[in-house]
Amino acid sequence: MKRFIPLGLLLALGAAQAATFKATLLVRDDDPRLERSRTERPALGHPGGPAAQGLDVALKEAKLELDAEGAAITLETVKVGNAAAARDAAARAEKAGAAALLADLPADWLLAAADAAKATPLLNIGESADRLREADCRPKLVHLLPSERMRADALAQVLAQRRWSNVLLLTGPSPDDAARSATAQAAIKRYGLKLAASKPFKLSADPRERDLANPLLLTGTAGGLAYDVVWVVDGDGEFARTLPYRTALPRPVVGDAGLVAQAWSPAFERYGAPQVSRRFAKAAGRPMQGHDWAGWMAGKALAAAAVAAPKGPPAAFQKALAEVEIDGSKGVPLSFRAWDGQLRQPLLLGDGQSVVATAPVDGILHPKNALDTLGADAPEKLCKTR
Amino acid sequence: MTAPLLRRAALAAALSTAVLAQAQGVAYVSSEKDDALAIVDLKTLSVTGTLPSCKRPRHLQRIGDGSRMLVACTDSNRADIIDLATRKVVGQLPLGDEPEAFDVSPDGKTVYVSNEDAGALSFVDVASGKVTRTVEVGKEPEGVKVAADGKTVWVTSEVANLVHVVDTASGKVLKNVKVGKRPRRFALTPDGSQLWVTNELAASVTVLSTKDYSTVATLDFEVKGARKADITPVGITMTRDGKRAFVALGKANHVAFVDVASRKVTDLVLVGKRPWNVALDKAEQRLYVVNGLSDDMTVVDVAGAKALKSIPVGRVPYMALIAE
Repeated sequence: MKRFIPLGLLLALGAAQAATFKATLLVRDDDPRLERSRTERPALGHPGGPAAQGLDVALKEAKLELDAEGAAITLETVKVGNAAAARDAAARAEKAGAAALLADLPADWLLAAADAAKATPLLNIGESADRLREADCRPKLVHLLPSERMRADALAQVLAQRRWSNVLLLTGPSPDDAARSATAQAAIKRYGLKLAASKPFKLSADPRERDLANPLLLTGTAGGLAYDVVWVVDGDGEFARTLPYRTALPRPVVGDAGLVAQAWSPAFERYGAPQVSRRFAKAAGRPMQGHDWAGWMAGKALAAAAVAAPKGPPAAFQKALAEVEIDGSKGVPLSFRAWDGQLRQPLLLGDGQSVVATAPVDGILHPKNALDTLGADAPEKLCKTR
Repeated sequence: MTAPLLRRAALAAALSTAVLAQAQGVAYVSSEKDDALAIVDLKTLSVTGTLPSCKRPRHLQRIGDGSRMLVACTDSNRADIIDLATRKVVGQLPLGDEPEAFDVSPDGKTVYVSNEDAGALSFVDVASGKVTRTVEVGKEPEGVKVAADGKTVWVTSEVANLVHVVDTASGKVLKNVKVGKRPRRFALTPDGSQLWVTNELAASVTVLSTKDYSTVATLDFEVKGARKADITPVGITMTRDGKRAFVALGKANHVAFVDVASRKVTDLVLVGKRPWNVALDKAEQRLYVVNGLSDDMTVVDVAGAKALKSIPVGRVPYMALIAE
């Protein structure tokens, strides 16, 4: 169940005052997102494989910089089967002196881990739920993966820029879909787009449910319905991926298929991105997706904190971690928002073949940092515990 | 740049008697997506032809007596050797995997090249065409510069935020020097005492002492209307007398003129989109600025600190070499 990767350890042993920072990654045992049927053809925005792979790449490439400071980071991965196991593993890791915890876990499991190790920073690399940045935020919880609201804002900005302002919204049946649909509607409103109609959909071949399941009927013009784009909210992805080119009107699909806002794309060509994607593909044997980028960034954040406070103590390391400025090969230095722990970052909008646009889009203004137009901003005060 | 510097010094003496009424010669401009160099006539400031090259050409630099140049091609893992008089490819030089930038030893015998994917600095023997040594450095190494005495070579690592000081005789990394975020390219003062390093994600230049590698100064750039994150310095060059430096500010779409002694920005010139590498002509009257995101090259009048013309050159242009 456990796996130790001694990184930079050899050199650390040789150096006089080397500090070794222990990090523990909590992952879900038998993660349903990583079933072969899903990862073989990952839907856009879904993980393509284990989050640890991006993390490993980052820690390996940081070795030289860490060596130069006489510091090292060791990573232990623990698989957990439920929230209670996540809680126990987090408590154990904190007791054993972990400098940081990392989690690729569902929201409730992640919160259990955060509450069991309150003194230790927890880096969320796999959960995009808005509530972790809002009502359920935690003082030492930071997020590398963009939130759902950031993704919705990015998409809404691009639609506003294109003047594709009339949106037909299709929402899937899960509670998660309902929450993300509300996020999408808020973004549609925020950027002055119009909701032409909002309809539920269902995956079904049952002719009695065809109004809910048939793309042509869902997007048909009955009752004078007209729209510029179809925004589909489908956390599962199976319905969404079949929607482009099956709409009644010749209109683009966006959201969870067609044009999708993501943290990363293997098709991104700017800012040294191809080198990053190539290094990852070489190490992991598959293309680098958004979740892999988040794992990679978590490793880079840990390394940056270790370089800033190479001799510790833990408090100095934690302070450095909260204040890091890291290069994510997206053209600007990235840092954590003080108000919700979210890593501010540009998002890439693409269809899997190319990166069509990046957000924040040109011309979007913000009093301090245009990146803060994506996601919850400071004055909203949605996170009360930070 | 050492060899060209020597040659330039000799030429400068010859030129001091000549009247520089009209620019002559051509600029070769590499474009990452064209597999070709655009040839720009310096008199008419227009493209007069293209020269097919190896794949994804990037760094351009003269070699040997200056009659030939190397074009480093990242996707071909080699350089083409181009004779400047005939404009023909006269040879090839392997440069290791994914070469990006390079510099040449003062004796012209060795090319030091950054291999961006492997995270290595390769030593290439020009005569035999063999990679004689590979030095492991931080990931995404880019700028390479050889000291005038040829004993030291410096290379940046964009990921590790370091300048590696490499001993050319032993191939050992003597020192790793921490600089700003995402260090890119170098300029060396003519006396060899200061190494200027552009920091793409820190909106700055770090000035290092080549004696002890302490940071002598950090030069922060400011552009009215641009935030720090939008100022991303990459290309840099210096006048032969070491009095002025020119730094391309990337996303800020400007080139900064810097007074080297006071380390103050004297002028900011608006150029194309994401200016990348910069090159001066022999008379140091014109600065050629290659704009990566507007597919053009801006010609800047140095005395007037003014852009004269922007010339469309190719897709994703990287660097210009001026051949007069």
